[in-house]
Amino acid sequence: MQKDNISRRSFLRLIGWGSFFAATGISVAGALRFLFPRVLFEKPSAFKISVPAEFKGGPDYQVFENWKAEHSVWLVRERNRIYAVHAKCTHLGCTPNWFPDEGIFKCPCHGSQFHKNGMNFAGPAPRPLDRLNIAIDDDGNIVIDKSRVYTFKEFDKQGAYVEV
Amino acid sequence: MWRFKHSQIYKSIFRHGYEDTKENRIRQIRSNIFLHVHPAKIPEHAMKIRFTWCMGGITFFLFLVETVTGILLMFYYRPVPEYAYLDIKYLEFDVPFGVVLRNLHRWAAHLMVITIMLHMLRVFLTGSYKPPREFNWVVGVTLLVLTFLLSFTGYLLPWDQLAYWAITVGTNMVRSMPVIGHEGPFAVVDKYHDVRFMLLGGTEIGGNALLRFYVLHIMALPSAALIFIGVHFWRIRKDGGISRPL
Ligand code: FES
Repeated sequence: MQKDNISRRSFLRLIGWGSFFAATGISVAGALRFLFPRVLFEKPSAFKISVPAEFKGGPDYQVFENWKAEHSVWLVRERNRIYAVHAKCTHLGCTPNWFPDEGIFKCPCHGSQFHKNGMNFAGPAPRPLDRLNIAIDDDGNIVIDKSRVYTFKEFDKQGAYVEV
Repeated sequence: MWRFKHSQIYKSIFRHGYEDTKENRIRQIRSNIFLHVHPAKIPEHAMKIRFTWCMGGITFFLFLVETVTGILLMFYYRPVPEYAYLDIKYLEFDVPFGVVLRNLHRWAAHLMVITIMLHMLRVFLTGSYKPPREFNWVVGVTLLVLTFLLSFTGYLLPWDQLAYWAITVGTNMVRSMPVIGHEGPFAVVDKYHDVRFMLLGGTEIGGNALLRFYVLHIMALPSAALIFIGVHFWRIRKDGGISRPL
């Protein structure tokens, strides 16, 4: 009899505290979920630019700045390759600038510097500028997809460049 | 003063005289909601400026300055990309005393970071973190971190180049946090579910980020700081006031 009483009390206590913590936990989880929006109003990650023939390379690398302001992308044309360099410093993510007369990229934040092809040669940046997925669509236009990023070791992978 | 106290006007407001005794002085402090945090009696050692440096008190004073000037700035500032920078410019160049308030807010914040660190240096040098005050040191470290976070969250709000890139760099570091940052070691989340995404309300710095930093800056962090300041002061009182010279 006495044992029954005690176990009922502790049972109710368990239920009580259990539902208290469950309710608190669910509220906290709900508040956390609330902080992750379902819809983002950010630019789509892929964008189309014109046909490869527009980007005539000289004898050396050519840097095209046309998409930097809007998409943070430089198009670089080598002798027979085109690739998209991500305008985002590999140090802490500032946007470097292109200096055509010196032929290098410089990051204003902590002074990293990169060659035309994105190779780092000064400052704290740990690796060359990343490259972005580049492909030719059915109409022959170049399409760049910023959601696929290639770091230094993947520069020769399919998708990191297009042959011309 | 004596003449005023015996005037008709004074007597019509304060009917009874106030007997200036030790007991009444203590009562005055203890029965006043604003003064009750203050000790009724102050031991002599607490007055020694060469011991305390008064850095904790100054830090708290600066926190109050931040609160007052911050609330005033809120009357003009809108945390929206279209307006934020213009509102700051408006404050700076057109609003009467706007530039004074903004700079008070700014300089007091800079000073607060300095004084809180000097305060901790003093507490460390005088050994005031030792038992029974160990936990108050922990509360103090929390307040230090909150001060840094308050400074940092305030930094984005002018939405100028300096602010924008500083927050870019700052939140890029969060990417690399272990477990909860998507580029950190043992990452368990992708870039749409990591702590950076939660801070920015997106994957890049935009309107959502500005609004979030604003809410953190004006509500979340100050409220947390206020609670910890309360505990900090209460602990000081319970531990017998300011620690004494050894
Ligand atoms: S972010 Fe470019 S050098 Fe630091």
